[in-house]
Amino acid sequence: MTTLLEADRIGVAYGRHKPVDAVSLSVDAGEVLVVVGPNGAGKTTLLKLLTGELAPSTGTIRLDGELLSAIPAWKLASQRAVMAQASRLAFPFTVAEVVRIGIDSVGRALARTMRERIIAGALDAADIAHLAARSYQTLSGGEQQRVQFARTFAQLKAGRTSSLRQVLFLDEPVANLDLSHQIALMESAAGLARTGVAVIAVLHDLNLATTFADRILVMSGGGLHALGAPGAVITRASVREVFGVDLCREADGTGGLPVVLPQHYAEMRLERGAA
Amino acid sequence: MTIAAEAPSIAGLFASRRRRLAIGVGLFSALLVMLAVVSLGSGAVKIAPGQVMRVMTGWVTGDGDVLAGRDALIILSIRVPRLVLACLIGAALAVSGALMQGLFRNPLADPGLVGVSSGAALAAGFTIVLGDRIFGTVAAQMPFVLLPFGAFLGGLASTLILYAVATRHGRTSVAIMLLAGVALGAFAGALTGLLAFVSDDRQLRDLTFWSLGSLSGASWTKVATVTPLILPVLLAVPFLARGLNALLLGEAEAYHLGIPVQALKRAAILMVAVAVGASVAAAGVIGFVGIVVPHLIRLLFGPDHRVLLPLSALLGAILLTGADLLARTMVAPAELPIGILTAAIGAPFFLWLLLRRDRTLDA
Repeated sequence: MTTLLEADRIGVAYGRHKPVDAVSLSVDAGEVLVVVGPNGAGKTTLLKLLTGELAPSTGTIRLDGELLSAIPAWKLASQRAVMAQASRLAFPFTVAEVVRIGIDSVGRALARTMRERIIAGALDAADIAHLAARSYQTLSGGEQQRVQFARTFAQLKAGRTSSLRQVLFLDEPVANLDLSHQIALMESAAGLARTGVAVIAVLHDLNLATTFADRILVMSGGGLHALGAPGAVITRASVREVFGVDLCREADGTGGLPVVLPQHYAEMRLERGAA
Repeated sequence: MTIAAEAPSIAGLFASRRRRLAIGVGLFSALLVMLAVVSLGSGAVKIAPGQVMRVMTGWVTGDGDVLAGRDALIILSIRVPRLVLACLIGAALAVSGALMQGLFRNPLADPGLVGVSSGAALAAGFTIVLGDRIFGTVAAQMPFVLLPFGAFLGGLASTLILYAVATRHGRTSVAIMLLAGVALGAFAGALTGLLAFVSDDRQLRDLTFWSLGSLSGASWTKVATVTPLILPVLLAVPFLARGLNALLLGEAEAYHLGIPVQALKRAAILMVAVAVGASVAAAGVIGFVGIVVPHLIRLLFGPDHRVLLPLSALLGAILLTGADLLARTMVAPAELPIGILTAAIGAPFFLWLLLRRDRTLDA
């Protein structure tokens, strides 16, 4: 395990408003780090800082030892891929074309058969091979999200020919997905992690987070609230404190991981009614 | 194993796209050549296609007997420069439309529609009416330098204003862009009207010509002025295709994919300003080519810029050559301003585009 991405007290300020303030973290190759936190906690802004899309006002970020701000866009593209929140298209590209755009720059030096194999593999990984010829615009929100995942997946595979030290960023990648595809997508990401890719994902579902994360980062009010192993970070006390709900319980058969269920709310209501 | 099973279908998908591009290039080129022969033979003096071909081959081989004839004189000194100008300007306008639509990520952007052409025409009018008063003898000696340069600056200024007004935090609002374009067009129109107010008879005629658009002033001098501006743009534009494709996913996404987004946007804006400025300087405001042509290409060949840009250039050349042929022959011996024709065809097309709008347009 070696450190791949390292942020040292990074923050961003718009006047007096600080969406992210003095966050430090380091991510190892092959690790899955899940970022959780309530709306407006600064998760997406943190991701934008770590991907290089936004320059931090304070602090420094290093990718594989190099200052992130010093790496040119074309080189960065082979080292990290980003799946942003739902994006729409104004023009009728097919699914295969959208995925191909993902490797047009990074994979420009690759042979055509190699590129086609990468695209086919990415379509399979996102379970959209049957949609390859469909127009992106006619797809449902969940299908579009899977196409975007396939695009980032292909970018990493193409970038792998020039850099083995890669990071995958996912911003709420399962927001529109059905249950089986939520798990399939996270499993694909975990599969990439097993090949050495560091995965940083923003998730809302705490159960999904504890299932797939090696470590969880809890954000609150722009700052780092907790960072550590899922069982240590997602606790009844921390969920109550950060999210303001008392829905986290110890559970049997989950290997010691906590379970967060809205049903616990009904339980609370019953108790309140009895009292 | 699944990967191996899927690979041929992906290859097939992209191969059919390449095949369609080859067919498109072949078909459009043949159409353009046929149209060119008809166009060179049509006019006050009718010349048979066979004779046109003889003159053209004689021109290429330097055959003195053919070149001494009356037909050669008409074709080579009047009709060929006009044809070349129509092709260059048609290609320039169509490519500018495709570039702007990629830049704004919206199929409704068009240099004519959003005031870029009016800005260029205003600047061109400015050099016509006030040029000799401000620049003195320089203007009289170099009308073919001052006018295109003025039109280019006008186009560039309008494009920059438009982009600055419509873009906030990296997002370009289409509604704002269209409204700002209306305002820009009205403002440029008002100032052009003011120019007409202070101009003399000759200047007024020139101004009218510029605002309606016409190729009737075509000459080898104009071709020589416009070619060094438009040709580099047409040759450079394919290099933006990859970046424009990525840009359609969003600016952040394009950056993540390794595209130098700011440089790409600057290059596209500069190219639009040069191409539109040169076109307006040579032939006035010719509208709707930039919106009709890229849209037809997208319908037939898909939105990939690597296909869209070259085919738009070809179809733009075809469209303007055809429109010019109509403009010259419909009311012969008089001549319709070509801008009236393209607007008469393009405006209904644009309305039809709005009527059949689906999720592609509401952004």
